[in-house]
Amino acid sequence: MAKTDTKGKKLERNGLSDDQLRTIFRNMLLQRQLDNRGFQLNRQGKVPFALGSEGHEALQAGAAMAFHRGKDLLAPYYRDLGLALGIGLTSYEILLSLFARAADHNGGRQFPNHYSSKAAGLMSFSSILAAHLPHAVGAAYAMKYRGERGRAVLVTCGDGTTSEGEWHESVNFASIHKLPVVFLVENNLWAISTPIEHQMGQPEIWKRAAGYGIPGRRFNGFDPIETYGNVNEALDRARNGGGPTLLEGMCYRFLAHSTDDNDMTYRTKEEVAEHRKDDPVPLFERVLLDHDVMSAADVEQLKRDVLRETNEATDRAEAMPYPTAADLYTHLYEGAWQPWQ
Amino acid sequence: MAVSSPTQTTQIMNNVDAVRATLYDAMKNDPRTVILGEDVGARGNVFLITKDFAKEFGPQRVIDTPIAEASIVGIAIGMAMEGLRPIAEIQFADFIYPAFNQIVGEAAKTRYRSNGEYTCPLVIRTPYGGGVRGALSHSVSIEALFYHVPGLKILAPAFPADVKGLLNAAIDDPDPVLFLEHKKTYRLIKGEVPDGHYTIPIGKANVLKEGTALTVVSYGLYVHWALEAAQQLAGEGISVEVIDLRSIRPMDKTTILQSVEKTRKLLIVHEDNKFGGIGAEISAMVAEEALFSLDAPIRRHCAPDVPAMGYAEPLEHEYMSSPAKIADAMRELARF
Ligand SMILES: Cc1ncc(C[n+]2csc(CCOP(=O)(O)OP(=O)(O)O)c2C)c(N)n1
Ligand SMILES: [Mg+2]
Repeated sequence: MAKTDTKGKKLERNGLSDDQLRTIFRNMLLQRQLDNRGFQLNRQGKVPFALGSEGHEALQAGAAMAFHRGKDLLAPYYRDLGLALGIGLTSYEILLSLFARAADHNGGRQFPNHYSSKAAGLMSFSSILAAHLPHAVGAAYAMKYRGERGRAVLVTCGDGTTSEGEWHESVNFASIHKLPVVFLVENNLWAISTPIEHQMGQPEIWKRAAGYGIPGRRFNGFDPIETYGNVNEALDRARNGGGPTLLEGMCYRFLAHSTDDNDMTYRTKEEVAEHRKDDPVPLFERVLLDHDVMSAADVEQLKRDVLRETNEATDRAEAMPYPTAADLYTHLYEGAWQPWQ
Repeated sequence: MAVSSPTQTTQIMNNVDAVRATLYDAMKNDPRTVILGEDVGARGNVFLITKDFAKEFGPQRVIDTPIAEASIVGIAIGMAMEGLRPIAEIQFADFIYPAFNQIVGEAAKTRYRSNGEYTCPLVIRTPYGGGVRGALSHSVSIEALFYHVPGLKILAPAFPADVKGLLNAAIDDPDPVLFLEHKKTYRLIKGEVPDGHYTIPIGKANVLKEGTALTVVSYGLYVHWALEAAQQLAGEGISVEVIDLRSIRPMDKTTILQSVEKTRKLLIVHEDNKFGGIGAEISAMVAEEALFSLDAPIRRHCAPDVPAMGYAEPLEHEYMSSPAKIADAMRELARF
């Protein structure tokens, strides 16, 4: 995707309709607004913790567009707000988790951004990096075992997470059994304060695919259309018995790791500013305007809608009750429980 | 023995046969059941427990995994979350450490962290224990490393009929169960096993021998040695009550307390080392609930505080107890 002045060039759509392009853009705007909201609420002292996906918007909105609702499963990680929204979670559900309310899917037990929704096909995960990869592979095994063509698992993680042993074990097992799973690495060049060159000697993660005998591809994760094309192709291959794929979407983490991190202790303003030039949100807005997918008035209206949705979700979620002390004791095992019988 | 649907007929089996027969029935009866682990397929497990299973049920259901314990358990968790009923095998308990994260951080918390939205009906079977010249890394007891963890259930049956009834209960259970099989008892211990499907409730101990002078609580191989020692003491006029825990988490408080209130003396016997072991928890519970019923301090007869038994015969001998050593511990407490 050209960085400036995309007008006059033919838009490579990878089969996406105008409607789908607008849906992707809306998701991107909503991600940014909700991210913002988390950090605001944290500064206001209303929530103890928030974490943003700023810089991952295009990657996640594009990937989510390739997900088949009601069929595929998503095994995400904590930086996947756009994927969660894109497969059907609502702003209200996101805010419930941010406020740790009783009505949250996790009942306010987990950190925010630890999405879970059986209805949406979003697999529960913990904060333990890479631990969800074998779960995704096990779910893909179940799909293949039952002969369910047309279903696949999309599992995501950060670049740093690919250093974990479970990452290797999972890709290896998926490759042995040609499982319907797509491994999508969201490479934002940082793992908290650790840069990619301290994470791996060979920094092109997609190249590891060759070692596993599976297809691998790296793409520009600032471009939602390019992302969609890659994820869609890989998911389709998986759904049709073609086995796993390793994808590496390149992006950047514009914010600190979380509200508990100060990134200026380990990287420079200049570095962040350099990547900011590629900020996928204004870039994609430009593309849609240049190709008359949206008018300037449409974009303004959409931004107002997204802000209103975020405000309404915030007010509604904040008004909901916390879990009670008694809720600490439920859902450990099926039924009532004591370690001593 | 509590048998949910007893049948008249029984068969004599050893523990390894009981595991095998139970797994076979589970595979036969439920197409959601899959077995995964190292060398479980063509070889049929190192103890031949799943011999010929791959031929009968196919390699999709009897999965020879790569040597990667974290993902053996992790993949089984994903299968369980997506509707299968996996039975994961860790070839020897000594090799379960790479899977600790998946068992403790993931399986035990899947239901809890998702507020009941996702569950993890998973059985992890593994042979443990010594007395087989297994050296430092083919002989360990691992139960104490896991019994601290809410969200897990841990079973360690000693008799073939209990192996079958509890393994069936584990397979039917909607939550993760760690199923410990003492490898020395695999072929050593034989017994009658009822035909047909039955379960034994998880969390119920079994009073194997009634007595009045003292209570011995144990599990696994040492249950058999404690019984032998108790018979010996009977000849000396000392009446020992022997309780087989069978279930380590949850644990049967009622049976232990009833017995201790009767005998007024408690000896806990286990193969695992003493410090922070299962016996520590039982001692604390009895001290909290029945201190004034006791006529003597609680005693624990357990392994010394070393990593495991050495390979050389004298090292293993020193580490392991025996019916004679257990009898001595019983006599000492009886005399108190
Ligand atoms: C097993 C484990 N080790 C360490 C951590 C602490 N931790 C949380 S996020 C993080 C960095 C992850 O980086 P990356 O995978 O690149 O994802 P990103 O946050 O950049 O999206 C670390 C080290 C953890 N949660 N789990
Ligand atoms: Mg990263």
